[in-house]
Amino acid sequence: MSKLMAGKRGLIMGLANDKSLAWGIAQKLAEHGAELAFSYQGDALAKRVVPLAEQLGSNFCFDCDVSDMAALDRAFDTLKDRWETIDFVVHAIGFSDKNELRGKYVDTSLDNFIMTMNISAYSLVAVAQRAARMMKPLGEDGTGGGSIVTLSYYGAEKVVPHYNVMGVAKAALETSVKYLANDLGPDGIRVNALSAGPIKTLAASGIGDFRYILKWNELNSPLRRNVTIEDVGGAGLYLLSDLASGVTGEVHHVDAGYHLVGMKQEDAPDIALS
Amino acid sequence: MSDTAERVQKIVVEHLGVEADKVTQDASFIDDLGADSLDIVELVMAFEEEFGVEIPDDAAEKITTVGDATKYIEEHKG
Repeated sequence: MSKLMAGKRGLIMGLANDKSLAWGIAQKLAEHGAELAFSYQGDALAKRVVPLAEQLGSNFCFDCDVSDMAALDRAFDTLKDRWETIDFVVHAIGFSDKNELRGKYVDTSLDNFIMTMNISAYSLVAVAQRAARMMKPLGEDGTGGGSIVTLSYYGAEKVVPHYNVMGVAKAALETSVKYLANDLGPDGIRVNALSAGPIKTLAASGIGDFRYILKWNELNSPLRRNVTIEDVGGAGLYLLSDLASGVTGEVHHVDAGYHLVGMKQEDAPDIALS
Repeated sequence: MSDTAERVQKIVVEHLGVEADKVTQDASFIDDLGADSLDIVELVMAFEEEFGVEIPDDAAEKITTVGDATKYIEEHKG
């Protein structure tokens, strides 16, 4: 197969470990010839990200706290010191107080609401501002521009138990995708979201009764299975490559079709919370 | 050492990159084996996968030593 990402460079933000959706995407990008940089937050994640980056032939990893605008500026300066331009960014970042990802949304505190919105939604805007400045100007031959992909979840559209304030932040994120797509479209920069079905990741471990969500999706999605990080990686590769050159402002579901289901499947057994 | 204890030890050695002889049943993940809080979450996920058990958050919070993990798994595996 021809290499879809040959000659393209980009930044992966928010990889945590080899279960991460960002890892599924990074592997597919590397397989298709992309050159990758990685940003992480703090030493605990550095020690996980650096060896994974090495596996994909990258030694370009740096710290970036997306809630700190000066730190974001420094991270993009680091990127620019080594690479004049970039072609894509994968934004795989979200955070909320775990104690508010169980129980009820009505109990959300102001502090956690603001923090969750800041890190999980505004950070895409802050990243897009800086990334767009590093993307090549659109040439008359259609070259230049770039692609930005973020990660969302169905809890942005419909109520999913315990997803709570993260669902509200993902709704803001998905709407930001549309506004960013419109603002950056004239520069040939595409902005899209992948709305992946539930996958057991480090981030998901913070969500209450996650096993129930996994089981429910497996039994009730049209494909009758859960998705994998490889499924997400394939869709990420598509959106970041020129295959999706006419696609922007989209929230693309990689969820075995779960989003279209209106009620429990007839063949799905009753399941209980464990 | 029981079969469960051996498999637990193997997972801990692989995940934390520590010597097998340090992974005694009394060893504390954080104090003796240098694990951080993310390691604990990852280890719990690895145990669940290996043994097909479910370790809910409130139980996971009480697992601080290798022996705690072995005991929980032996009591709950199918």
